[in-house]
Amino acid sequence: MYIKPAVPFKGTKAQEIELKEFIDLEKSQPGALMPVLQKAQEIYGYLPIEVQGMVAEGLGISLSEVYGVATFYSQFSLNPKGEHRISVCLGTACYVKGADKILEGIEQRLGIKCGECTPDGVFSIDSCRCVGACGLAPVMMIDDDVYGRMTVDQIDDILKKYTVKRKK
Amino acid sequence: MVTLKINGISVTVPENYTILQAAKEINVEIPSLCYLKDVNCIGSCRVCVVELIERGKSRLVASCVYPVAEGMEVYTNTPAVRTSRRTTIELILSTHHKKCLSCVRGNNCELQKLAFDYGVDEDRFAQEEIKYDIDDLSPYIVRDNNKCIMCRRCTAACNNVQTVGAIGEIARGYKVHIGCAFEKSLDESVCVGCGQCIVACPVGALSEKSQIDEVWDAIANPKKKVVVFTAPSIRATLGECFDMPVGTNVEGKMVAAIKRLGVDGVFNMDVTADLTIVEEATELLERMEKGSSLPMFTSCCPGWVKFVEHQYPEFMPNLSTCKSPQQMFGAVLKNYYAQKNGINPKDLFVVSIIPCTAKKFECTRAEENAFDFADVDVSLTTRELSKMIKGAGLKFTDLKDEQFDDPFETATGAGAIFGATGGVMEAALRTAADILDGGSKKIEFKEVRGTEGIKEATYTLGGNKLHIAVASGLGNARKMLDGIKSGERHYDFVEIMACPGGCVNGGGQPVQGDSVRNYVDLKSLRAKALYDADKKLKYRKSHLNPVVRMLYDEYFDAPGKHRAHRLLHTTYVKREKY
Repeated sequence: MYIKPAVPFKGTKAQEIELKEFIDLEKSQPGALMPVLQKAQEIYGYLPIEVQGMVAEGLGISLSEVYGVATFYSQFSLNPKGEHRISVCLGTACYVKGADKILEGIEQRLGIKCGECTPDGVFSIDSCRCVGACGLAPVMMIDDDVYGRMTVDQIDDILKKYTVKRKK
Repeated sequence: MVTLKINGISVTVPENYTILQAAKEINVEIPSLCYLKDVNCIGSCRVCVVELIERGKSRLVASCVYPVAEGMEVYTNTPAVRTSRRTTIELILSTHHKKCLSCVRGNNCELQKLAFDYGVDEDRFAQEEIKYDIDDLSPYIVRDNNKCIMCRRCTAACNNVQTVGAIGEIARGYKVHIGCAFEKSLDESVCVGCGQCIVACPVGALSEKSQIDEVWDAIANPKKKVVVFTAPSIRATLGECFDMPVGTNVEGKMVAAIKRLGVDGVFNMDVTADLTIVEEATELLERMEKGSSLPMFTSCCPGWVKFVEHQYPEFMPNLSTCKSPQQMFGAVLKNYYAQKNGINPKDLFVVSIIPCTAKKFECTRAEENAFDFADVDVSLTTRELSKMIKGAGLKFTDLKDEQFDDPFETATGAGAIFGATGGVMEAALRTAADILDGGSKKIEFKEVRGTEGIKEATYTLGGNKLHIAVASGLGNARKMLDGIKSGERHYDFVEIMACPGGCVNGGGQPVQGDSVRNYVDLKSLRAKALYDADKKLKYRKSHLNPVVRMLYDEYFDAPGKHRAHRLLHTTYVKREKY
């Protein structure tokens, strides 16, 4: 069953026009769906049902075909990204050092799953493969800040920094 | 033509043949799970592999997509072929929810048959299965991804044949599954309920929403009077569920069997097919006189109607306002018949036997009902009826023929051919020609017969040229609508049926697997049974049906007027495109 996303779609008319112009440019090309989805993600940051509907309409294909491609490639996101993007490294070194527990802990505290965004739009969680800091494993990044030798008890304090920053 | 050797036997076949097709010429049937003629041809399941010898080396190729070539040497039954097929089936079974005992396709499963034929170990690659929620929210189709083997026949039927695009492949790798965009249920999607996915499915991942128990309950309820009517094409297909040859007309046995289920009346839906024609022909002549909302489209097919509502709402005014024969029968039974026999319409339980899954949706449409309850309580597919007959222990093939019950027993040939593509058009033409040309002798309009996707013709009726067209399969309907929209195509009257070949090939019909569908044209064999029935009937024009005349005399007065307008016509609603 379709569950309406917690974060409502906030697309603007200007974004819609930009996407439609791009679709008109591309639609005569075979395999136009990929570049169009990439452009759509560039414009909106993610590919919600509203955006995929515009792509389907513009290219004259079904929504299920668009959705199939959007879910095949992990670089496409169906959920918006938060103001602060959390990225937990699940590369080999981090993983053996218990990165899965860190990810689980963050998921629990924020009440969302990896790949999702909190309803207030502050945090989104993703996983990544190796940030090149294996010596500090397990590693997590929030925006451009790197946190090494992570333990589950540090999570609350680190997250607080970003919510406090926001209040100021 | 090219000549090749299969299993050492020389065979000459057309150049465009595949190895699979060529093998049939020497009576070798190669199994296929993903390949289904006219539906899906992607060479992905690898069950159809054969050994190809080239320059002294052998390799396995997928015979369903591999073209034949001069001098080719192929073996279809070597240790390498058998081992490969067995391993493939074992891998498919590793994630298959093997609940075969109670599965809807338990006795008719292509995967089970292969597992048996190749003697596989079903637990060889035992692993943790992903559990999927069963989608049973729509009133017509149930999707159980736990049984899906990812052959993609259903998505090919939905996207390529029907161009509906309700379902597709989602995600990738181990998590890949079939579903609607954004994991919607079919009910929330653009699905039109045609059921072509069900008849394509080799396993039990897709089925109609069974309503058998509701019917058994009503039969057992002493307060309910249960009446059943059967659609024109059921007589041409029900026999297949009892291993009779495709295209056997089993009307008499079908009636006898339904009577033995304990119902209070068995009627012939051909009667309201005739009623539909009289209403529709009248509507067409009115529209042509006014010159408005032309071309007029037939509205008997609920899958087609829902397709227009989702994808081409601008054509809604072109749909005939006539209800379908099923809904007209519901209206006749709950009003005229109930009143005449002193039955409270609430106690009359109306069951239709229909070759269609979309009809289950049609019964639930509020705009179809005369009262605040359904005109047709339950719509059962041909398959569900066969299950009831088997459940009742009836020896179907030995039953003596019986006749439909009074007063809805007499059919015309026009009503009978409703079940095949072009049939509704031909029936309408017979009546229109009679009205416009004052008792025209012309009965057969052969230009609209046959299983091609789009047929066109022009007839001169009453001095006027009538441009007509017939399309079956929603992919062809889409072509037709796009052509009309762009101004390339011009018609006055168009018949459309959602399923390729019409109701004889409907989504509620008996499922025939690859071993039949890859080699036999089901559509034309089944349709032939209906055209043969037409030839033998006393009345062949709808408006001459004595039952239809009685209905107008006693109840409806005149076509399209007052009571007929209120009870036999309907309205349409715009639906979301995505």
